[in-house]
Amino acid sequence: MKHNPESLQRQYHQARWNEPIIYELGSPGERGILPPGTDPAIEAETQKGEAPIPASMRRETLPHLPEISQVEVLRHYLRLSQETLGAGLIPDIGMATSTVKYNPPVNERLAANPKLTALHPLQPEETVQGILEIMYKLEQFLKEISGMDKVSLQPRAGSQAIYANIAMIRAYHAKRGEGQQRDEIITTIFSHPSDAAAPRTAGFKIITLFPEKNGYPSVQALRAAVSERTAGLFITNPDDTGIFNPHIREFVDIVHRAGGLCAYDQANANGLLGIARAREAGFDLCHFNLHKTFSTPHASGGPATGASCVTHALAPFLPVPTVEFDGQRYFLDYDRPDSIGKVGQFYGVAANFVRAYAWIMAHGARGLREVASIAVLNNNYLMKKILEIPGVTAPYEPGTPRIEQVRYSWEALAQETGLDIEDLARRAADYKMHFFTSHHPFVVPHPATLEPTESYSKRDLDQYAAAWASMADEARHQPDLVREAPHHAPIHQMRDQEAYLTDPDKWAPTWRAYCKKHGQGVESLEEMA
Amino acid sequence: MSRSRVRLGLIVNPMAGLGGRVGLKGSDGEMIQQKAIALGAQSRAGERAREALRALLPIKDDIEIVTCPGSMGAEAAESLGFSTQVIGRIEAGKTSARDTKQAAQSMKEMGVALILFAGGDGTARDIYDAVGLSAPVLGIPAGVKIHSPVYAIHPRAAGELAARLVRGERVAFHEAEVIDLDETAYRAGKVSTRLYGYLNVPFASQFVQNAKSASPASEQEAAREIAAFVVSQMQPGVVYILGPGTTLRAVADCLGLEKTLLGVDVVLDKALLERDVNERQLLEILARHPKAKIIVTPIGGQGYLFGRGNQQISPQVIRLVGRENILVVSTVNKLITLGGRPLLVDTGEAEVDRSLQEFVKVIVGYNQRMIYEVSSFP
Repeated sequence: MKHNPESLQRQYHQARWNEPIIYELGSPGERGILPPGTDPAIEAETQKGEAPIPASMRRETLPHLPEISQVEVLRHYLRLSQETLGAGLIPDIGMATSTVKYNPPVNERLAANPKLTALHPLQPEETVQGILEIMYKLEQFLKEISGMDKVSLQPRAGSQAIYANIAMIRAYHAKRGEGQQRDEIITTIFSHPSDAAAPRTAGFKIITLFPEKNGYPSVQALRAAVSERTAGLFITNPDDTGIFNPHIREFVDIVHRAGGLCAYDQANANGLLGIARAREAGFDLCHFNLHKTFSTPHASGGPATGASCVTHALAPFLPVPTVEFDGQRYFLDYDRPDSIGKVGQFYGVAANFVRAYAWIMAHGARGLREVASIAVLNNNYLMKKILEIPGVTAPYEPGTPRIEQVRYSWEALAQETGLDIEDLARRAADYKMHFFTSHHPFVVPHPATLEPTESYSKRDLDQYAAAWASMADEARHQPDLVREAPHHAPIHQMRDQEAYLTDPDKWAPTWRAYCKKHGQGVESLEEMA
Repeated sequence: MSRSRVRLGLIVNPMAGLGGRVGLKGSDGEMIQQKAIALGAQSRAGERAREALRALLPIKDDIEIVTCPGSMGAEAAESLGFSTQVIGRIEAGKTSARDTKQAAQSMKEMGVALILFAGGDGTARDIYDAVGLSAPVLGIPAGVKIHSPVYAIHPRAAGELAARLVRGERVAFHEAEVIDLDETAYRAGKVSTRLYGYLNVPFASQFVQNAKSASPASEQEAAREIAAFVVSQMQPGVVYILGPGTTLRAVADCLGLEKTLLGVDVVLDKALLERDVNERQLLEILARHPKAKIIVTPIGGQGYLFGRGNQQISPQVIRLVGRENILVVSTVNKLITLGGRPLLVDTGEAEVDRSLQEFVKVIVGYNQRMIYEVSSFP
């Protein structure tokens, strides 16, 4: 393979600002904005504006907020943005299962339009016909794409859509008098972890199927799992290996014969758009993540949209309200006695509906199918390039094409060089890339899960594969360079990371958690400030 | 400069790995070692140890290597310029298991921060005989057979973990299985492994063989979760026969009972009925208490449910208890270390083995099971 590691690295160095967290900036009394005082007449009537607030709801102490000037706020967040990598900055190929694809900025402009942002969810229906129409039509698109009969856009994420789906399955069995009996959910180890986690949160017992040598579980294993206790099957296909289970229809039939329902996790439908539908595979429910498949931003954990799609048999159980159209006007229907109720406030994330609607409209039906074709072609092209590198394999069914992603194993390189996948993950930052290993536990040893989607060009893919080849070469000939990486990123390796990243008493996702876990109560911090 | 140095133990088994390249499938026993040398075998253990020590070179001045003379460690450490304290004496070219055991025992008494040993499964067995769980140890892979997850994935990974300890970083430890393969049987074409004991080794997913879960905390939590579920399902008046292993010890812990790690213990009404029983005692208990369940966990990396390390649970015991009363428990991590191979049974009676061959629902967490295949053919 033609590549020059020098030229790949030479020009690149990420910004390194050594930026403190915002609570460590500014000084007591410093303000970014000084709002004008209250009008004397109002102040007299409301006692400084406090009168309308019941005494029990008034704060006794000031909130602990950063005290900092406007220019420092701007500088702070610009600097942080320069210390991150993201889909707008790099070919974001390494986040398979999460699926990062191009989010056209034009859709952001639509979502930021005051005609949308100034809406209030409690406005009368006749004043919000536009957004209701977009919701209704987006639901019609998703019905066509999935083959299902009715859709709810209310769930705020994929995992919540799975939760809504399990709640509907529970309601379905309860309605038939089998609610107590059917308390087991079957899934596979390479399905998304939420397919086990959400039903478990809902109180179900989980039975997980392990793959055979071909990467998917056998029909015999499924037969051993089903019984009169089976409530349903939650499965991805293709799952995290990118391998499509060709026996999926048989899986669905076996579960149906046992009296269970089947839910297809189509959060990531990038390889299937316009090619295969949940309905034809016999499923009763499915869900899409608008951010994985329909190009709304990931937004670092939300707000997102998981669309639940169901057959007629399950439609009565959908969350309320549903969006309906009587031929003249759009309206919200709360009169659904069998509904599982609400899974979130109001109707969902309106901005995402607009983005996804615009994206689907821009592509059209044939365009969506082309998205899937290119995503699969890109993935198999990249797989060919990656597998040319010594030290990597694509476990299960060697030589078989994959759908939209591949879980690679760098075990051979690790055994040869003693360098682990985590070493490569750190070195990747020096190549302006990052990648997802996989969910723990690592069924595939030393994993890296890559998904190019339809967004990237052949040139992007060639450069991406060349970067991996270069890293593998370094692992063999300059192991210390890899072991001590990253060298060109905003931060270096953490000292003592085993203690800080795996000990729940130490790690902290927020400043508040940090203060609590490290013996400084937030209250005492407020006193200090 | 009067900084106190961290003391690391180093034991190299120069006989380890001799049989590999010359096709002898192991190096246990003096005859095989002589044969290997006659076939032109050369020890690679010293070079493997040096490879591990290279990771410690940047902090060389903070370390004193406590080691054995010559080819058992001193040569490797001194060739890289480490400060050493050499203990004991050996007969060059004729080192034996006894030398390894004596050295490990002395190092434990000296309180070294970690005993690094370069060898294979046989060496791990000797280290276990000498120190059991009472000293922190880590294997540098150098032998022909490495079935025991007490070894680092690579010599360099062993050195890197030792470096973390020397730098004062926190390194979590866990009990990992010492597994040995019967070389005589192996040469005759039969794979016969057994669980020999447990060693206290650092746990770091990137560095240690078979440690595939996110962290030692998550692995222990998984075992506790399994235990909580098993205990929640326990019925009064039913005898529970608990097989060996750390997962079953977690079950006993959950009941507030002390479990033998390598033995079979019996629980009735959440109290210990008998500890470390043999087959005869089990049959006597079953005669008094016919309602019984067996709870077993597979041997990590091997997958044996019956016939290795728990022969007390004999074919007759299994027949009396009944196939439907066997519970299999395992962390997901341990199932994954099988690399997709089935769970194994080798009770000694083909008929009993056949009755156990099917898919089992392995308990892997609270209300969580995994369907896994059982076979009598490895």
